[in-house]
Order: sequence, then structure tokens, then C-alpha cells
Amino acid sequence: MPTVFKRPHALKEVSMHYCPGCTHGIIHRLIAEVIDELDIEGKTIGISSVGCTYNNYEYFNCDMVQAAHGRAPAVGTGVKRANPDNVVFTYQGDGDLAAIGTAEIVHAAARGEKITTVFVNNAIYGMTSGQMAPTTLINQVTTTTPYGRSVEKHGFPIRVCELLSSLEGAVYIERVSVNDIKNIKNAKQAIKKAFQVQLANKGFSLVEVLSTCPTNWGLNPNEAIKWLENNMIPHYPLGNFKGKDLEV
Amino acid sequence: MGEKILMKGNEVIGEAALRAGCKHYFGYPITPQTEIAHYMAKRMPMVGGTFVQAESEVAAINMVYGAASAGVRALTSSSSPGISLKQEGISYASCAELPAVIVNIVRCGPGLGGILPAQCDYFQAVKGGGHGDYKMVVLAPCSVQELYELTVEAFNIADKYRILVMIMGDGILGQMMEPVEFKDKEEIISVQKNWAASGTKMNRENNVITSIYIDPEKMEKHNLKLQEKYSRIASSEVKVETYNCENADIIVSAFGSVARIVKNVISMAEKEGIKVGLIRPITLWPFPESEFLKYADVPKAFLTVEMNAGQMFEDVKMAVNGRKKVYFHGRMGGMIPTQQDILDKIKEILKV
Ligand SMILES: Cc1ncc(C[n+]2csc(CCOP(=O)(O)OP(=O)(O)O)c2C)c(N)n1
Ligand code: SF4
Ligand SMILES: [Mg+2]
Repeated sequence: MPTVFKRPHALKEVSMHYCPGCTHGIIHRLIAEVIDELDIEGKTIGISSVGCTYNNYEYFNCDMVQAAHGRAPAVGTGVKRANPDNVVFTYQGDGDLAAIGTAEIVHAAARGEKITTVFVNNAIYGMTSGQMAPTTLINQVTTTTPYGRSVEKHGFPIRVCELLSSLEGAVYIERVSVNDIKNIKNAKQAIKKAFQVQLANKGFSLVEVLSTCPTNWGLNPNEAIKWLENNMIPHYPLGNFKGKDLEV
Repeated sequence: MGEKILMKGNEVIGEAALRAGCKHYFGYPITPQTEIAHYMAKRMPMVGGTFVQAESEVAAINMVYGAASAGVRALTSSSSPGISLKQEGISYASCAELPAVIVNIVRCGPGLGGILPAQCDYFQAVKGGGHGDYKMVVLAPCSVQELYELTVEAFNIADKYRILVMIMGDGILGQMMEPVEFKDKEEIISVQKNWAASGTKMNRENNVITSIYIDPEKMEKHNLKLQEKYSRIASSEVKVETYNCENADIIVSAFGSVARIVKNVISMAEKEGIKVGLIRPITLWPFPESEFLKYADVPKAFLTVEMNAGQMFEDVKMAVNGRKKVYFHGRMGGMIPTQQDILDKIKEILKV
């Protein structure tokens, strides 16, 4: 019988520690499928960051480097500059990338570092039990905004793709979501294109993935998907911001 | 030996790093060490190397973390306030056992302080300015020639032990021009970095560089491994210069540029019939305790002279371990101890 579905080679044969219904696992799988399809596992270096995915170096079969909170783009810069033939990706959450690591992501993008960032926006700090993230929506209840995020007290959520799109060094930027099959397929295409942009030496590429955190949103997995669709997508419009027609 | 040329301390650091095979420099401008960056910016493209002006010292040390993870020799340099920002990366890289070299051309502090020379980052360098139980090898050269030799050696020590090595100088050393004699060929140890994250090429298990161990047993085991490494280094990498200590009336201890001032004091004192010895720690960590113990019974007292409020002073007291009284003379804020002040202090201690 022909095999129609199997674990990508780039993903280790271990079970992941993520909560039921968490979409981090789907995103890992998409990255691994792309690594397989582009046949780059042997030269890919992944940079794990600090958040629920701090130890995703246990899940990928390529070489991995764990970075301090927010510093993955700087670490990735060092790895890539050391061996420019390698393919380097960072995997970062919204707290990691858009709060403590704002300087590092902006400047890696501005320098046009030939690395790829997979930015997972779940509108919350998952790992540290549900505090406000820079991407937390207005009125969203978190453990540090127990009365809901207010514009007056907490300011506005940051739209990372829009922010980085103004930088010339960032050549491919797209926002995707993993809430349904169609969007998951689009997400994979975007991640693949982002890696191809790096392989073609074009510059910095980033894919923002809207993701669920049922545990800290206080919702079951199905409700979490609905919440993402009804609240996150309207605020974080899906689509390509830059580099759609880039030849790779 | 090759030809002798006149060069500025900071530039010699850059040249020495290149000679040691370091082709990756990451830094952020700060006085009084910026000439290192200028030198690297000019030279790296000539040798096919990397020079990155980072967005901050935090980013620069994390770029070093990445480059060292990938298995290449990497350098960053800064001065005191910038070194404070690097402490996060220093702690992480120490835990991940990454070899790299960090230069601190110390300026006076605390705070933004001033740009003039000081030695007030001794504690931060040798006691661990970042979090956790870690050590860096800390080298304190006192001349431009030694700056060159120790910079090359720093890379060898880093690779040999998978450890961070800090070269600690001050504005005097960094800005000073002195003749330096480069070797025709450097001795560069070759180590197999089969732990590096440079791509599996599909012919080995994947390598992981990490500093996180959630399981307490594993974290303790890793700590024990680090401590074992530190004791190996402590027993084999101590460097110290001892001068005139036999029959000394007093032994002065100083490191870096201050040691050179003390050497002048030794001849001044000689003329007045006072015998002054010098113990100059070249490795501030590991500290040359046994050298102090060896001479503890010789002089009437010890004196440490530093450009700070008394930092190495504590380690000297610990090493002398109560066998003799240890005195301190120091200047701060970019002020430099004068020969006369040191001599007066010696006379006051010896009551002559
Ligand atoms: C310097 C530092 N500050 C704070 C923390 C604690 N911390 C760990 S994960 C995290 C938030 C991560 O949130 P995010 O990046 O959104 O990832 P998620 O868990 O949501 O995937 C924080 C604040 C840390 N590890 N290091
Ligand atoms: S806490 Fe949230 S982000 Fe973290 S694993 Fe659980 S569901 Fe996923
Ligand atoms: Mg998050």
C-alpha cells in the first residue's frame, strides 16, 4: 500500500509536551515538512527561543541552538555569519519577539540577515501562565490584565508584520493562521517560501502564525479555534505584506 | 620573531585576534575601546571575515553566542557599561560551554561613570557578574606586547576548555602606543568541535547547544561538570609574575597597568634602602593564591594597589589568609595612583 501520510524526517519520533489543542505542534510539523521538501535538514540550524517551545530542540532532527529570551535573531545572525551556507530559522513567541526581543528582531530584519523567523502569535505569554503579551487584544483578560486590556492603561497591541514591513532588509513577510485546513495549507506555503527566500540569499524573511493557547485563554480546543477566528484574525489580517512576487 | 612595530593597544587586540584565526567580530561602540571595532571593520573584509556593528552589547554577545555555537572563533569587545549588558549572554554561554573571547577595556564607574581608566570591574569579571555558578578565565596584561600574546592565548584557552576568556585592560593599555613584536606564526591549538551546530550533513545525530536543564538532577550534574572543569583550569592555567620577592620588606600586589607603576616604585624604594617585591597576577581568575602563600612569611606586610575601592584586595587577603597584614591603596574615578603616593604608603606601613 502506498504511504500517504508519515512523520516528516526532520521531526524526531518523540511526543511533544504541548497542551491538548495547542497549535504549536502543527507549526512544528509544517516547518519539518518544508525542511524535508527542500531537502535541507543537513544544513539547517534551528534557534529555539524562550516560551512554551523553549525545548523544541528536542523535536527537530536538524542541529539546534537554544537562545536567551528575545535574542534568537542575534544568535541566528551569529550562526549564519559563521556558516553562510547554512539555513537558519528562529522560532519565537510573541512575548519573546515583540516585547523583550524587539530590538533584536528589528535590527536582524533591517540588516537583511539571511535568516527566517517563524513568529508564533498566540496573544499571550503561554509559558509563564497567561500574562499580557504585546499582541494581547483590547479587552482580552489575562493574568496581568484581569479586568481586560485597556487602551488607556496598556496601550495597543503590536502588529508585527506591518511594523517590520517598512524595513528594506525584510524582503518576505506574511501572516498566516493554523485554525483550519485551508489556512494550514497556506501557512505551509508561506513558510516554504520564506525558507526559499533565504536559500536564494534575498534577505530577511518572517512568517507570523496566529496560534491558539487554549490553556491560558481558558477555552477548550474548539472554542479556542473559534476565538482565534472571531478575535485575532479581524485584528491581525492574514495575507502577504511583502515579497509575494519575489522570484526564488 | 617578526619585526617590531609601534601600535596602539586596542589595535593590537584586533590584530592578535586575526592572527589567532578569529574571523568573527561583533561589537557596539563605546570609549575607550572603539579602536578595536575600527580595526576589525577595516581588516575583516580583507581576510573574508565578519564584522557586525550590533544594535547593542546585548545583541553583540548573543551574536558571539551564535557564532561560537557554529564552531568558529568569535570576539566581542566593550567597556564597563557595555560589559554589564553582556552579562546575560556571558552566563548563558558559560552554561552552554561556548568558547569565545570578550575584551573589557575598563573605564571608571559605577553608572555611566567616565571614560578614564579604572579597574573597578574586577569583581564583575572574577566573581561572576551574571547569574549562576560560572567562571571565566580573566587575563590582565600590563603591556602592549603582553596584550598581543595573551589575546592569542585567550583563543587557545577558550577552545581547549570550551570556556569564555575575558581580557581585562584599562584605558591606559588600550590607548597606549608601544612597540610590539609579532611572531611569524602563531601557535594555534586545533580542537575538533564535533559538538558544534554547523549542520548534520545527514551523517550524524543532531547537535544541540543549550543552557537549560529543567530536571534538577541534570542541572546539578551539569553544574558539577562545570565545577570540575573550573578546578582543572585552576590547577593548570594560573599565570603570575613575581619580582623581587625574596627578602622583600613588603610585597605589593597589582595587576595590569598599575603593576608597571609599582615596578617604578620598586627602584625608587631601593634607593631609600627599602626592598619592595611585586606579585602581579596575570590570570585574575584563576587567582595565583599559592604564589602569595609561598611568600607569606617573607615580608612584614602586603599591600595591594588598584584603581578601585579595593577589589583584588579581598582575594589577596584570602590568599595570605591572616599570616600577614594586607594593606590597600587605591584611586578611583579615572585617577591614577602616583609612584610617590605608593612609596609614601609603603613607608607609612613600614614606619620608616
Ligand atoms: C530574561 C527573562 N525574562 C523572563 C523570562 C520568563 N519567561 C519565560 S517564557 C516567557 C514568555 C514567553 O511568551 P511567548 O514568547 O509569547 O511564548 P509562548 O509561551 O506564548 O509560546 C517569559 C516572560 C525568562 N525566561 N527570561
Ligand atoms: S500553555 Fe498555551 S502555548 Fe503553551 S503549550 Fe499550553 S496551550 Fe500551548
Ligand atoms: Mg505567546
